[in-house]
Amino acid sequence: MKSTAVKQALSSLALRVEECDYAARGYHLNVTIPPEQVVAAAEILDRENFFLEAVTGVDWLGEQEALAKEAAKAAAAAKKAAAEAAKKAAESGEPPPEQPVAPAATPAEPVEDSFEVVYDFNHYPQLCRVVIRTRVPRHTPQLPTISQVYPGANWHERETHDFFGIVFEGHPDLSPFLLPEDADFHPLRKDYQP
Amino acid sequence: MSGYPEIFRVLAYIVGTLAFVGLNAAFLVWLERKVAGHIQRRIGPKEVGPFGIIQSLADGIKLMSKQLVVPERADGLLYRLAPLMTMTTAIMVFVTIPFGPALVARDLNLGMLVIFAFASVNVLALLLAGWGSNNKYSVISATRAVSQNVAYEVPMLITVATMVMIVGTMNLNEIVGQQGNLLQWKIFPWNGSVMLPVAFLIFFICALAETNRAPFDLGEAESELVAGFHTEYGGMGFGLFFLGEYAYVFVGCALTSIFFLGGWQCPLGWAPGVHWLLIKTYLLVFVVMWIRWTFPRTTIYGLLNLSWKVLVPFALVNLIVTAALLKVF
Amino acid sequence: MRPLAADPAHETFILNVGPQHPATHGALRVKLTMDGEYIVEAEPVLGYIHRMHEKMGENRSYPQFMPNTGRLDYLSALCYNHGYAGVVERAAGIEVPERAEYIRVVTVELNRISSHLLWLGAFVLDLGGFTPLLYVMDDREQILDLLESVTGSRLTYCYFRFGGVYNDIDDDFIVGARNFVKRMREKLPMYHNLVSKNIILRQRLEGIGVISPEMCRKYGATGPVARGSGIAYDVRKQEPYSVYSELNFDIPVYEQGDSMARYLVRLDEIEQSLRIVEQGLDKMPEGPVMAAKVPKAVKPPKGDYYFAAEAARGAFGVRLVSDGTTTPYRLKLRSPSFSNVSLFGEAARGLLLADALALFGSLDLVIPEIDR
Repeated sequence: MKSTAVKQALSSLALRVEECDYAARGYHLNVTIPPEQVVAAAEILDRENFFLEAVTGVDWLGEQEALAKEAAKAAAAAKKAAAEAAKKAAESGEPPPEQPVAPAATPAEPVEDSFEVVYDFNHYPQLCRVVIRTRVPRHTPQLPTISQVYPGANWHERETHDFFGIVFEGHPDLSPFLLPEDADFHPLRKDYQP
Repeated sequence: MSGYPEIFRVLAYIVGTLAFVGLNAAFLVWLERKVAGHIQRRIGPKEVGPFGIIQSLADGIKLMSKQLVVPERADGLLYRLAPLMTMTTAIMVFVTIPFGPALVARDLNLGMLVIFAFASVNVLALLLAGWGSNNKYSVISATRAVSQNVAYEVPMLITVATMVMIVGTMNLNEIVGQQGNLLQWKIFPWNGSVMLPVAFLIFFICALAETNRAPFDLGEAESELVAGFHTEYGGMGFGLFFLGEYAYVFVGCALTSIFFLGGWQCPLGWAPGVHWLLIKTYLLVFVVMWIRWTFPRTTIYGLLNLSWKVLVPFALVNLIVTAALLKVF
Repeated sequence: MRPLAADPAHETFILNVGPQHPATHGALRVKLTMDGEYIVEAEPVLGYIHRMHEKMGENRSYPQFMPNTGRLDYLSALCYNHGYAGVVERAAGIEVPERAEYIRVVTVELNRISSHLLWLGAFVLDLGGFTPLLYVMDDREQILDLLESVTGSRLTYCYFRFGGVYNDIDDDFIVGARNFVKRMREKLPMYHNLVSKNIILRQRLEGIGVISPEMCRKYGATGPVARGSGIAYDVRKQEPYSVYSELNFDIPVYEQGDSMARYLVRLDEIEQSLRIVEQGLDKMPEGPVMAAKVPKAVKPPKGDYYFAAEAARGAFGVRLVSDGTTTPYRLKLRSPSFSNVSLFGEAARGLLLADALALFGSLDLVIPEIDR
């Protein structure tokens, strides 16, 4: 299988590599890497004769807030469950179970929302769709370009810059591509107001 | 043809030629659209007049009613001069064409030379149009037209020289006079040189190229150069180029029929007359249209290769063989 | 070919082909730096009909976006319907009845033939031959009539639904499609005689505008462009969706990589599509054309999904990111022509203007699909 070979090659760079259920997801390998590793990942895939299908972005505005909410909800639910358990235990006259020491609820500094940059790769002779994902923070959305590895990425990155304002460092020309040439807005950002 | 003042003769021929050029263009536009239509499983124009025959007139009126626009940064003089020039030369080449035994404006002994001289000036008109328009497509088109015309004038004139050696005259009427019936037509190899069919082919191909007709219409290749040298022309400026083009198509086919197919002579040697020239010429024009609506366009290097690497060598061989045959027999 | 560009003694000029130009068949602009008639640098400029379909996707519910897919590539709209329906069905886990799948395949292949036919006419028109355009219009008309009878529209179809198609085919359609297959089989040799065997056309296409397989890979070219360069890549074969795995057809591949190869690939594909249509009609099962249980409001579970379909111009991919609501969170449309045209700049370098436009035509571009 092509995907296992690529998985091994990519696992050194990646934060997380997982094989996916192709029938449900439509791709075989889901690879999450830090942004500075995209060029190295592209080079590995280039050596394996993959071709680039598309580059795109996803704006995860509000994700951290939702996550925090969810965590708070989960924590509250856990607390409630624990309290109930304690109550039950008290009613039945048993000694209360050992309370796990809850991690001090860190009202931590809010983690910043991020853009996800998604690279779709595919292989001509053998079907193997590889998805490379990386996250860049929303206020400094920067990552290196892979257009020197795949010249076809040039346009895709330019388009992604148009739509999201993600800056691909070292890209030859990031002027507006599909948008009007004086466009200074990025319509696919979730906070974009026309 | 004498007995009345020369001035009437001149006037009659000027009016006649102008009328003929105009009507010929109108008829050929209509014919072209009909031929194209039927080749393409359509009917072509049918609304204006019976079989749409007045369609060209309607188009002509439309063109004439349009404003003449000179692009701002064009060279106004050259821009205006070019269509006039193409039209003038188109009319001048009709001067020595013998429509009938006596129906010729000027029965010059060097009639053939006059035609080629004036036809060559047409290239200058295209160059002026391309340059004067101040449009990049037009300039490319003009350079193409010039290199194309220069390339095809060479084999054409070599072939014509061969013909002159065979018939021994440059008077077109005398050339026709030598082809009394079908068997004496100069397309057949027994009438002077075995190479005559080849000469016919070379001449006809060159005539196609000289008149900028498909598949050699590189000057106005619409998918590359929009409309070539007349991109910036509208109204009657464009109309004159159009008239000129059809006049040259007619002249090219008329010359082919005069040189090779007996001109105004009847194939069976009966009543000669102007109708025979017209029938033969329009049949050739039909072939020209047929080619246009069947073949894709060549490229400029394909065209130049054809001229310099195929037609010129064949024309030279034709010249040498004919000269040798004439000397020996 | 001559040494170009690098030498400053060569005076170059810029020639704009488009946005209104007969050869671009739509509002695309190619900025050419020319040295005489030779092309030093070619840069396509996009965006003249950009409509931001991806943003529209984020603002509409899943079924509401379906008509948009027909507006991407108006010449093979059903292929794009198929791609979008496919990704939502994969995400929401909707099963499609077998009859609906066969109807999909038959209509998509008819649509593919009509797209290739129109391309053939437009391509020969680019080369200066006008007549084939009207011949293909005649044949294409038959397909449009057939598709109109089942889909209700002639060009920008919106025929597929999540879980099937919205209208069953009738006997007239089956008879009509069979007649068309017969008619087209008789017509194809005529096209070969009129166009493929024409000496001028061959001289203009053979060996001109060569695209190497490596170049295809680097730029992500798919469809007939890749297959004309010897890459046997076709989504229908490689990851068979719908019922393509049950049908018997070949992938035409030519090794030369020139404009002629791409031309022949498409003509052979017409033949193969006819085979698919024929088999699809033969195997057409009885049954419903819509899945019984399709939720009124489609809500795919959270996550991202990818689905690729083979459109007439190459692999059309849809990446759907769902947040579990009735509207997509992110909808990425990967259009094949976008990648195919991106190699034009490199492939056209050093060509003559006429040859570059032949190469341009052989890429079979539909501009709304590039710009989205």
